[in-house]
Amino acid sequence: MSDLQNINGEFENVSPTGGELEGAFPGSVHPTASGGILVTKLDEVINWARSNSLWPLVFGTSCCAIEMMSTASAKYDWSRFGFEVARATPRQADVIIIAGTIVNKMAPVLKRLYDQMADPKYVIAMGACATSGGPFFYNTYSVVKGADHVIPVDVYIAGCPPRPEALLHAMITLQRKIKMGLTREQIRNESKSEV
Amino acid sequence: MTNEELKVKLSELLPSATYEEGGQWLNVNIDHRDWLYFANSLRNHAELNFDYLFCLTCVDWKTHLTMVYHLDSTQYRHTAVIKSKLDRTQPHIESVSHIWRTADFHEREVYELFGVNFLNHPDLRLLILPEGWEGKNPLRKDFEDPINMIKL
Repeated sequence: MSDLQNINGEFENVSPTGGELEGAFPGSVHPTASGGILVTKLDEVINWARSNSLWPLVFGTSCCAIEMMSTASAKYDWSRFGFEVARATPRQADVIIIAGTIVNKMAPVLKRLYDQMADPKYVIAMGACATSGGPFFYNTYSVVKGADHVIPVDVYIAGCPPRPEALLHAMITLQRKIKMGLTREQIRNESKSEV
Repeated sequence: MTNEELKVKLSELLPSATYEEGGQWLNVNIDHRDWLYFANSLRNHAELNFDYLFCLTCVDWKTHLTMVYHLDSTQYRHTAVIKSKLDRTQPHIESVSHIWRTADFHEREVYELFGVNFLNHPDLRLLILPEGWEGKNPLRKDFEDPINMIKL
């Protein structure tokens, strides 16, 4: 009898502990005499794979980038979550972490980088500047009041700059969002219907 | 040279100059019409040899503008800060980009942000601001951007 099979012989999530583990493979084992058959949905497997191998674009425009580098370094080590392959080209990247202030001159560049990324693509707005303009909200001639005026954003992080833990939390939130299997538009429509 | 020695030397060159002390560096206030002559003297005088312009900026005091030049001698290790008041409606001063090459871009920056006109500048046009910004000077205290300004 397989360890993964419970007392009643019902399906159970395939994970070392047998419980609902974060990042666990989305499926269950149907036990047979010779070992077992894995049962799952292809969509869920694709989302599981995607969420655990997100390649960020190297994109930092101010001090948030320092925190982002710290998150990449040994102490916080975002490779634990599958983010370690930072790419210098948008064509190989899955996620933009907007780490810093977006000014009017940078906005078209950001838009172009986003357009050059292959689908599916995700955006994290890191810190106050990328969320709303932050300290440059009032009396400025050059700063975009939030990166979502330029490209759609999946996850926002508060902070100026946010600590690496906050960025990791945002990344895990993005992974959960991907695993839910909904597109950005579907999520938006769902939240509208709730209202 | 110490600040006191500098003060004596500079007074010989330009008797009309006034001084502020108390800070780390000697502050010299001059009339903007004397600037070209004074700058040449500072650069070429054998005992002064101010060969390094390490900061060039402008301050908007609402009543007038002040140009501020930080000069250093890499040979004698002495420093002086030259300040010059400008009229706020028609600000103009001689360019020193032929004396200190670095002044070229710094003057262009002050030109676009404060609207100071640098006479005899070789290439006085916008440096960082996008096309079509002529006439609007974002670092002036009374600047208002019709698109982006959100008032408290």
